[in-house]
Amino acid sequence: MSAKALRFRLMARASPSRALVLLAPVLAVALALAFGALMILALGKSPLQAFSVYFAQPLADPFSLAEIAVKASPLVMIALGLAFCYRANLWNIGAEGQFVIGGTLGGGIAVATHGMAHATFWILPAMLITGALAGALYGLIPAFLKVTLGVSEILVSLMLVYVAQLFLDYLVRGPWRDPQGFNFPVTAGFDSAAILPPLWPGGAVHAGVGLTLMLVIVMAVGLSSTRFGFAVRATGLAPRAAAFAGFDQRRLTLALFALSGGLAGLAGAVEVSGVINQLQPSISPGYGFAAIIVAFLGRLSPWGILLAGLVLALTYIGGEAAQIAMKLPLDLTTAFQGVLLMCVLAADVLTHYRLTITRSAT
Amino acid sequence: MSPAPPLVSLDHITRRFGALVANDDVSLALRPGEIHALLGENGAGKSTLVKILYGLIQPDSGTITLDGVARRIASPQDARSIGIGMVFQHFSLFENLSVAENIALVLPAKAGLKRLEARIMAIAMRYGLALDPSRPIWSLSAGERQRVEIVRALIQEPRVLVLDEPTSVLTPQEAETLFATLNRLKDERKALVYISHKLEEVRGLCDCATILRAGRVVTTCDPKAFSAHALAELMMGRDINAVRPPGGGAGGAVRLRLNKLSLTSPDLHGISLKDISLEVHDGEVVGIAGIAGNGQSELFAALSGESRTMPGAIAIKGQNVGDKGINQRRKLDAAFVPEERNGHAAVGAMSLADNLLLSRHALPGLLHHGLIDKAALRAQTRDVITSFDVRTSGPDALARTLSGGNLQKFAVGRELARAPKLLVINQPTWGVDALAAAAIRQAIVDLAARGAAVLLISQDLDELYEVSDRLCALAHGQLSAPRPAAELDRSAIGLLMADANQVAREVSHVG
Repeated sequence: MSAKALRFRLMARASPSRALVLLAPVLAVALALAFGALMILALGKSPLQAFSVYFAQPLADPFSLAEIAVKASPLVMIALGLAFCYRANLWNIGAEGQFVIGGTLGGGIAVATHGMAHATFWILPAMLITGALAGALYGLIPAFLKVTLGVSEILVSLMLVYVAQLFLDYLVRGPWRDPQGFNFPVTAGFDSAAILPPLWPGGAVHAGVGLTLMLVIVMAVGLSSTRFGFAVRATGLAPRAAAFAGFDQRRLTLALFALSGGLAGLAGAVEVSGVINQLQPSISPGYGFAAIIVAFLGRLSPWGILLAGLVLALTYIGGEAAQIAMKLPLDLTTAFQGVLLMCVLAADVLTHYRLTITRSAT
Repeated sequence: MSPAPPLVSLDHITRRFGALVANDDVSLALRPGEIHALLGENGAGKSTLVKILYGLIQPDSGTITLDGVARRIASPQDARSIGIGMVFQHFSLFENLSVAENIALVLPAKAGLKRLEARIMAIAMRYGLALDPSRPIWSLSAGERQRVEIVRALIQEPRVLVLDEPTSVLTPQEAETLFATLNRLKDERKALVYISHKLEEVRGLCDCATILRAGRVVTTCDPKAFSAHALAELMMGRDINAVRPPGGGAGGAVRLRLNKLSLTSPDLHGISLKDISLEVHDGEVVGIAGIAGNGQSELFAALSGESRTMPGAIAIKGQNVGDKGINQRRKLDAAFVPEERNGHAAVGAMSLADNLLLSRHALPGLLHHGLIDKAALRAQTRDVITSFDVRTSGPDALARTLSGGNLQKFAVGRELARAPKLLVINQPTWGVDALAAAAIRQAIVDLAARGAAVLLISQDLDELYEVSDRLCALAHGQLSAPRPAAELDRSAIGLLMADANQVAREVSHVG
């Protein structure tokens, strides 16, 4: 045993300054960029050029800006629900699965109605509602197991991601495969009645983006000004005080998983209807996981999430551009997102605690 | 007693927090074999001063001298390493760890847990502090947690020991044991700092008292040379009124009826309630005495609806509510004030306005069309703040920025401002300064005088006798039959508190 050991201790700060609380995410992004630069250097490329391709060029290009909005939309929609969960100390890690199941069953309506002669106005609403319901029910599985048997919602929700992905994979390779699709594992392309129209005539952004913006407002008001939002905040900060207020922890758990699952499922349905226009083995580049970063980067507040969603979407678009222009691997984007989450969480902890390192004998 | 040279002296200590001067040129000399009282209202600067001594806060100016040598105390570890121990008023224990594990955390070297348990038992025996080292903290009552804190400080063999309100959760008998402990430490030539609001206690125990007001030393004196009233005036800088005695109601209709209330505690180490029967009438205060950890929290949870029972076990105004939630009981004009302010009665990280909503959101007036009426909420919060003299910057202040006494006044005021017909209140003046405690007791008596029924659960016998019309004792989950307070002397209630068997005999006589 060594005679001396470093001891790391976190000491609570008396009260974090308001400036620090607001500055923390900015510092986190800056720190993540520094780590990103190191990774790019290690790959033998110029970080400056990479950052220009990653972040500057997409912002200068109107087409890329529309792409950013379209990519940010599912991230924000999912993160809104996750933020409510996380505020109440409920850990839904399986939004990716809820997104996939929502996209699958929402898209299933389009597959089932494919080729129907009469243009049918009800198909789009039916797809979105089905997607939301499917996601909500899928989200309720871990919640139900948690409140009845005390099973960890983290594990169950995470494992169900793979179930959902394999379920979709099975459907598009098997029963839902397009007979005229040259054996590709995809469904038939959706009819126009099953595709979300652009937000404005001729626009490059689909109507789902508008839906996301509306949901940001609804969730912001919901969190700050409704009894439900109050119950969520109180439960997370002080569970016994929430019980004193008469809020039922079990009912809240079920409601929050249904809500976050429902929003993820809705995002899935919007994605297949507005962007992919068919079902294929993979319908998400990891939106459900990236939304966890978005939720925390946005400080679990709806408006913050809107901003954070745009930042994360930028890394996706930039990552694609960097892959094309500089032959940087797309995995770099995923790695960067992971580093970003670590930095955000570290900044959060260090906002409230001071790290002290002491040497002590063991 | 010839004045020995001080073991530790703090000289001309000044510490500012922004515009507030928490300590203004404060000097304090701690001598071996002396119990030194630190007196003052909440916010007078007592906590800041002892935090400086314990290395939690650094002074802006002034010096600390230890054994005649000027010394900077950089951290609590530093303080402990030079023999300064501290027992906090607010427990700093890990809920999920056992008593022994919590104590192991402050010890520098890793001793075996078994050996540590033996050491804990030895210290506990030596100082008369009953403790089971293997129990997890979450299963302990407030009184037992306090004992853990005291043992944790003593195990480090301190030369200077600071105790912040140590008797606030103890029964008279337990307090006597503690005083014996402190006197033994005094005989061992240790220097003790004793913070308390119980002035009689200070007069009986302490050799010396330093009185602080608004960050300055008013005087350092021999507390035995002053009356408690004179000490209180020095602390407050003004007079305090005694609580007007209760009216002796009990003529009113039955407001709360407990009928063979039994509740098995879900906690392995918790106390189950057994066959509790009691009637509380309009216009009377019924006091429930008892040592911490005898079922007070469980009884409060059953009464509030945080734990559910058989429907008929609890009736409010003749309506069975045992299986109903807390908000359905609130709608029957019942109000509840739990023991723990932080995290139970209030959410520290929320504003006072949001904390008002905590117990009122289900009642009419604050939500319209599903949206919180923030203007009405702030107005109601301001009402509570002004009518209960809560010292705060306003409805937007976070609850955790309030002192203990002020937050308690808010938690009590929040319920009383609704003019409830039934108030169930648990340990209302625990760790609250004398002025706030007097105000809270007065408010309880006044509420009963206006015709409400009050059930007061308290460990403080002075308080119980001050406000109660009838008294009973809770021991091991069983409740003795209530008797008029005037006919029940302290030794009789003390026996009931200590002996569940006697309570059981009484219950069987009545039942």
